[in-house]
Amino acid sequence: MHQRPTLAVWKFASCDGCQLTILNCETELLAIADRVDIRWFPEATSTMIPGPVDVSFVEGSVTTDHDVERIHEIRSQSGLLITIGACATGGGVQALRNGVDTGDVIKTVYADPHYISTLDTSTPIASHVPVDIELQGCPIDKGQLLETIAALLSGRPPRLPQSSVCLECKAAAQTCVMVAGATPCLGPLTMAGCGALCPVVGRGCYGCFGPMENPNPAPLVSRFEQLGMSHGQRTRFLRSVCDLAGQPSPTTGSAHE
Amino acid sequence: MTIEVPILARVEGEGALHLTVNRGVVERADLRIYEPPRFFEAFLRGRGFEEPIDLTARICGICPVAYQMSATHALERACGAEIPESIRQLRRLLYCGEWIESHTLHIGFLHAPDFLGYPSGIAIAKDHPDLIRSILSLKQTGNEIMTVLGGRSVNPVNVRVGGFYRLPDADQLERLATTLDAVRPQAIDLVEWAATFDFPDYEREYVFVSLRHSHDYPFSEGRIVSSAGLDIDVRDYETVIDEFQVSHSTAKHARLHGAGDGELFVGPLARYALNHDRLPIPIRELAAKVGLPQVVRNPFKSILVRGIETVYAIDEAIRILGSYTAPERPAVEVSARPSTGWAATEAPRGTLYHRYRIDDDGLIAEANIIPPTAQNQPAIEADLRTVATENLGLARDDLVALCEQTIRNYDPCISCATHFLKVDIHESDGRRPLSDFAID
Repeated sequence: MHQRPTLAVWKFASCDGCQLTILNCETELLAIADRVDIRWFPEATSTMIPGPVDVSFVEGSVTTDHDVERIHEIRSQSGLLITIGACATGGGVQALRNGVDTGDVIKTVYADPHYISTLDTSTPIASHVPVDIELQGCPIDKGQLLETIAALLSGRPPRLPQSSVCLECKAAAQTCVMVAGATPCLGPLTMAGCGALCPVVGRGCYGCFGPMENPNPAPLVSRFEQLGMSHGQRTRFLRSVCDLAGQPSPTTGSAHE
Repeated sequence: MTIEVPILARVEGEGALHLTVNRGVVERADLRIYEPPRFFEAFLRGRGFEEPIDLTARICGICPVAYQMSATHALERACGAEIPESIRQLRRLLYCGEWIESHTLHIGFLHAPDFLGYPSGIAIAKDHPDLIRSILSLKQTGNEIMTVLGGRSVNPVNVRVGGFYRLPDADQLERLATTLDAVRPQAIDLVEWAATFDFPDYEREYVFVSLRHSHDYPFSEGRIVSSAGLDIDVRDYETVIDEFQVSHSTAKHARLHGAGDGELFVGPLARYALNHDRLPIPIRELAAKVGLPQVVRNPFKSILVRGIETVYAIDEAIRILGSYTAPERPAVEVSARPSTGWAATEAPRGTLYHRYRIDDDGLIAEANIIPPTAQNQPAIEADLRTVATENLGLARDDLVALCEQTIRNYDPCISCATHFLKVDIHESDGRRPLSDFAID
């Protein structure tokens, strides 16, 4: 990698919250800007230099034909491709419409549906091109982002969590909200990284960091049933900002690492 | 004949600008938003009645608090909940955090570069590191308020129907107060610095629309009023405003019924014009000191009004912290009932309206969201037509920069409605554009 690696930040269907997390590195932002060469980051700068870059950060999910073409082009121009956030790594909250008739969905929101062009599904970047590093979270965690940038600059792999939110509760000496308070919690299925934010404020984790590696939903779902959650409540809880139901999305099979 | 400028930076969302020029007049300025639609209003149907708070926060990473506040107020109205004053004050404090964060981001990183001729806030920092550090510390203060009250600044986790999941600790609030006192002078310096900019000489007679509250500068409560005499309960907003589609945009537009073309203007200039008397005297004095009249009609000066609102939000946060008494409980109990509720709150970039209908099973049967940028799009396009027509003699790069700056005046939240802007300029009569334009 060059002395100052070149960097691009791309947006697909998303809310900009993960790009904002880059700008929220308030105390580190200027130091980072000195160490990397930002070629493409329209959210932050009107200097735009097309062409190959060492590292691309990609926010957002793929929801249009044009975006399918665009992600392949970005992949071919990028050394490392790092997806940031729940949309890019999992399809995002907008994947809630997957499996629903898109025509009906469009009609709900738009009076003149023929102006709107969209795919039937919202899919993660890895369903379309190989991804080198994934940062989960809605939004991503600033600490993980800084660790990833620091790792890139020193030429080592980033140290990212692999465990569930449960481990973060234990590390924070946080009493389990489900064991002690019978509050349904998705912590056992959810990738660590937030620092157990929801249990700390006394609510159950709602899974916004997406699934941990190899989650096992079945025992947790029976526990939810014992806690009195209806089928509808369980389904909505598991499929919210992220999908923790363990159903592979229709095109995930085409991912190639 | 086409001129393309690939991308507008320093706004939020994806779009393009298409200008049609006929005999030296810009006939059309279409802000083409092609940000892919995400269909929130569709997938909210059938969700639990409390879920819009966390789901709609994801519409905009820059103003999640606005979405959470509009949602929770609408749902509480539907369910008939009464919210204690102490919780109301904490919600105002949370909203202060978002205004400080969003306004300082826009002032320092999105808008100031236009006035100073830099590509970015980071580039400004190369020449003026202390200035940008100061802006970053203000922005950080806004984020700290949201973190203390909301658990995190982007997509807070601590807001619920009825109040909060957990109340902040006293020592956290004390630290916030100390930080706010420390950064307040920097916010005033920021306003005075922005007042030294060279502002384009441009004014228009806008129809300003915002909330107006009986005694406070508005965040989440009040009636909807306009500079044209509108004064209605929020529940009647959909009877005076139409959302409509245009073929060039995935974001809906909105217009007011009645006289003229229905164009309206929401955001800092509107709030300031309609609520100047609700600002504390020191804030009004600061505005006067930097040359702002009670009504500002030059949208390029919105950067100054954002600065004024930043100082206001800091002072309001200090006031709330100084008189804070903890609520008995973090939230009041709220049960779903079949009903409809509506609310409007003041997102940093303007009025954000939500309406929800809850069914017999406590699920969302219908949702309607009117974001600020939808309401501002006709005004943005009208500004672009006027500004571009008056400046067709400029060199192409300068004209495009001025058009982009005109759009940024509105701090458009284009994920709520764009990200990159491609500028096409067409001649409707088939003639070649003015020779100053570079042609590809």
